[in-house]
Amino acid sequence: MSKDININVHHVARVEGHGNIVIDVQSGELKKVELQIVESPRFFEAMLRGRRFPEAPQITSRICGICAVGHTTASLRALEDALGIEPSEQTLLLRKAVLEAEIMQSHVLHYYFLVAPDFFSVPSVIPLAASHPDVVKRALRMKKLADDIVTIIAGRHPHPISMVVDGFTHIPTEAQLRDALKQLKTMLSDDVPPTLDLFASLKFPAFERKTDYVALKHPDEYAYYDGIIHSTETGETRHRDYKNKVKEEVVLHSTAKQAKGPFRPYMVGALSRFNINSDQLMPAAKAAAQKLGLAAPNYNPYLISAAQVVESVHNIERMIYLIEELLRRGLKDETVERQTIAGWSAKLPPVKKCWGVGAVEVPRGVLFHEYRIDDDGLLSWANCVIPTGQNLANIEDDMRALVPTILDRPQEEITLLLEMLVRAYDPCISCSVHMLKVDFV
Amino acid sequence: MSKPKVGFFSFTSCEGCQLVVLSMADKLFDLLGAVEVVNFREASSYKGEDYDVAIVEGALSTVHEIEEIRAIRQQAKILIALGACAHIGGINCIRNFDNQFEIKKSVYGDKVANFDSILAQPIDAVVKVDYYSRGCPPNRDGEEFVEIVTAILQGKKPYIPNFPVCVQCKMKGNVCTFHKERPITCLGPVTRAGCSAHCPSYGNACIGCRGLVEEPNLNAHQETLSGAGLTVEESLKFYRMLNGMMEVGK
Repeated sequence: MSKDININVHHVARVEGHGNIVIDVQSGELKKVELQIVESPRFFEAMLRGRRFPEAPQITSRICGICAVGHTTASLRALEDALGIEPSEQTLLLRKAVLEAEIMQSHVLHYYFLVAPDFFSVPSVIPLAASHPDVVKRALRMKKLADDIVTIIAGRHPHPISMVVDGFTHIPTEAQLRDALKQLKTMLSDDVPPTLDLFASLKFPAFERKTDYVALKHPDEYAYYDGIIHSTETGETRHRDYKNKVKEEVVLHSTAKQAKGPFRPYMVGALSRFNINSDQLMPAAKAAAQKLGLAAPNYNPYLISAAQVVESVHNIERMIYLIEELLRRGLKDETVERQTIAGWSAKLPPVKKCWGVGAVEVPRGVLFHEYRIDDDGLLSWANCVIPTGQNLANIEDDMRALVPTILDRPQEEITLLLEMLVRAYDPCISCSVHMLKVDFV
Repeated sequence: MSKPKVGFFSFTSCEGCQLVVLSMADKLFDLLGAVEVVNFREASSYKGEDYDVAIVEGALSTVHEIEEIRAIRQQAKILIALGACAHIGGINCIRNFDNQFEIKKSVYGDKVANFDSILAQPIDAVVKVDYYSRGCPPNRDGEEFVEIVTAILQGKKPYIPNFPVCVQCKMKGNVCTFHKERPITCLGPVTRAGCSAHCPSYGNACIGCRGLVEEPNLNAHQETLSGAGLTVEESLKFYRMLNGMMEVGK
């Protein structure tokens, strides 16, 4: 069949940031597939140059309003990697809890507010508030609890306040944690089952394309905070060697750099993590995967949303575990004994020239921050590699594989399927256009 | 005013301000009853161009964005700048003090000519802004945003404090960050209140996200910062984290 199709979706809606989809088919032959990124450049790496090192988490948090805790965590881990600082057990538990909370709020926002409207054939969650108020109220309740947990631990969401180098400037009270624990347990018993019922009833588009799946992997837990870089195609890479796996290049249709693996584009995010680490999920999350018919490995990118539903159940269970552990140990104010370093401590501690890398799983996949620090404690160089940047080339490959199989359908349906594909990846475009400093070859 | 039509627009930013609005949960339901949202790309695929009220987040940092904000201003009867990027340029203005060509070249190399980027500036550097909902992010439960929208609906003037963060910080009983065992320098003495001194209450410093109070005592603050060990250059850098635009006459 020979057919001409010209699709140009200007500013894909219900994604974070500004992106266009451009497809050109002439006489049944696919000529052009582009996910154009038209977000304004941000130049975060340039902003960091010459700033005091403890400012890095505060500045890079502002890369993204959805995964601000993720950027803060990656930033702190890069600084601590460089400075040789090992935070306390309590700090690790608190950081892990707040990261789980942020991943959950991002996933809930994505699958309920940004993906679900497609399945109800409405343009947004706003008409759903009238037609399905129970669904929207449940979504808001789940998102609010996650936001509240970030708030009691880190001060607010987005842009955490109390997360600083080597600890927290403020510790939640045990009463606040006990209250959060109670609400988490209620959520697991009351809000999770109807969420699973809803998403088990949705029919995700059928499409499969095996790619390289990349995520952190850790021997003790489903990796978010810490781990080795694992690829289903190329094996393992240490976090400090991330550039062996990630190579960024400028493409003219994107203000965000595309990052690709040494051999071909790869996928990061919830489905990659699920494919690599699903045996480490908590029990209710494993049951949720079964209910949604999701088994590893899965090669359908539309099911990233289903993997997010599964992960959000895991996030709730992990927060319950982490908070119970914190309460069992008893919380103490460590700011007295440890040299926590807030952004504008009047005096910087003495620092020797050093560099470090932080690799952390954030809602959309693995995030890298790399910094060089000078003898005077100022940042001399910075690089941030964002999950969405890593996914862009893979999304284009998916579109290249998908379009020829759906050419016989009406143009509106092709457009919707492509928009749904892009949305499934949950692209965080303002994040990816933070502008990377790389060497050109 | 009958049920006004509202459009949300986003320029150079992290888009966190829109998320704060989405996170207002219960209040959001009340607000949705009082207004009609016709454009909210982050949350909706419906695009209407018939808005009366434009709510704008983000700074302006490309030629294209300047054209867009002019078009939005022409359509909107009321324009609200939401968050620090829209209000004072925010974090985006840090780079204004570097060599722009060098920055672009360091990122895009020999492809630099293909990318549109100018100095970052707040919305009111280009068009008139009617209301400012301040902060990075706007305070969490959206009190000030709700205050502004409610005031517009009722035809009243919203209440926005014009005293420094220190006042609210004292009322909360916080130990002054300058007087802690390990002092943290703070922009609270010159920054407009309205945040309940949220950052000092969480053990960190005010970084000035709500912009400066009217007629701030900058000389006294500089003395305090010097006393705490910051050089003049370091003090400027501290201000420039979010308030770089004040130096060019904002």
